[in-house]
Amino acid sequence: MGKQEILEGAMAVAHTVARCRPEVVAAYPITPQTHISEELSQIVADGELDAEFVKVESEFGAASVVLGASAAGARAYTATSSQGLMLMAEVLWNMAGMRLPVVLGCANRSVSAPLSIWCDHQDAESIRDCGIIQLYAEDSQEACDMHVIAFKVAEDRRVLLPVMVNLDGFILTHVFEPTELPDQALTDAFLGKYEALVKLDPANPASFGCFTEPDKCMEGRWMIHDACLRSLGVIEEVSRNFAKAFGRASGGILEEYKSRDAETILVCKGSVSGTIKDVVDELREKGQKVGLVRLKVYRPFPRAQVVAALKGAKHIAVIERGGSFGAGGIITPDLKDGLYDAGLRIPVSGFCVQLGGRELAPDGVREIIERVSGGEQVAYEYFRLKKEILPDLVPSAK
Amino acid sequence: MSAVEKLTIGCVAPPGGSLANKTGAWRSMRPVFKHAACIGCRACELVCPEGCVFQDPTKKHLCEKLKREVANFDFDPDYCKGCGMCAAECPVDDIDMIMEEK
Repeated sequence: MGKQEILEGAMAVAHTVARCRPEVVAAYPITPQTHISEELSQIVADGELDAEFVKVESEFGAASVVLGASAAGARAYTATSSQGLMLMAEVLWNMAGMRLPVVLGCANRSVSAPLSIWCDHQDAESIRDCGIIQLYAEDSQEACDMHVIAFKVAEDRRVLLPVMVNLDGFILTHVFEPTELPDQALTDAFLGKYEALVKLDPANPASFGCFTEPDKCMEGRWMIHDACLRSLGVIEEVSRNFAKAFGRASGGILEEYKSRDAETILVCKGSVSGTIKDVVDELREKGQKVGLVRLKVYRPFPRAQVVAALKGAKHIAVIERGGSFGAGGIITPDLKDGLYDAGLRIPVSGFCVQLGGRELAPDGVREIIERVSGGEQVAYEYFRLKKEILPDLVPSAK
Repeated sequence: MSAVEKLTIGCVAPPGGSLANKTGAWRSMRPVFKHAACIGCRACELVCPEGCVFQDPTKKHLCEKLKREVANFDFDPDYCKGCGMCAAECPVDDIDMIMEEK
């Protein structure tokens, strides 16, 4: 165990990223991400990190700069939230298709409208299909460690894809926790220097992500899918090596918390697991067989691992921090898809609990466990929706 | 991408891909250079977004207006997408657009 410091989550992430020695950082301020890029800018200005910090006019600019930097062979980093991520979306699809190992920190925040600066996962979930690998942290320590793992996975020749580290806005970015920053010498040895497969070079010109006719485009897209699937094994391997090198377990595909013999299992991603674990502990003491499975990787979706972790359950409830309007949950259908193909018809309930900073307290977790353990199954429910503040949903003409 | 037979990681390709990509297949209208009123102003060559209109000094026509010989303009059917900008910009209406029929 190394030295722990009491650090704000965003600061801890910024100093971890600096120790990964990116050569180019470009970011645009947006709440609640700002402290990450602000601190990185300070670190570069103080001469503590030999990197170019590019000031940009927008998140579209930030994403474009790190895309170009990565194509030129540099290790590149950016961070954003919410609307900023929306503005980056077009570039992220290109980054994945061009197979550029950029690392992106996302301080998860609700997407407008209605305007909210608080946490949910709809920003990251709305770009889930673009080929970017998505990791979700539970606490500050994991958010830091996942950044080191992210660079290693992204730059692995078996992967070569952008990786996004998600940390819950405010809940993790603005909270002070004891955190152990990765040791500089260990980080240098763990990551090594990034050597690009091909890079932009005036002496040897090339175009990235070229035009493809219909006879080739589909194969170009399939290669992203293939690399994304292959990354699961690489994430497991890199996480094992991280534990060996740094002396603490971090990363991996999912966390199984008292779920092996559980009859009722809750599934979540991100920091809400802290509250759920407390309730699991409390109910376990009373003899209830409940457990939690927390996804650390959401894209690629770890189907086999999820099915293996859930196959013994009698009831499953998914705590969603997002959703697809007009359809339902985000994790819920992915999970049902895996269970269905495995021939398992375990009832799965999806609860949309935490949009726009709405918190889930222990009594809410208890209620959900009680309802699904009692045999109730809901396809997708906005949990504890305050109907009393809703207007006439279909206003009459006057 | 068609410059190389196999795809590469990231669909990275060397220069020359646009030459191998024969965009002429996209065409539904084709220009007809009439070689009658053309005064050789090069407007057609300059506005062509594909850079596939060219002047051929070996072929000439007698310009009705200038009463002297002017080298012919024509287009490269391998790359002309049939956008019609040459015909729209020709100041002496010496280019027609007709249906591409095979």
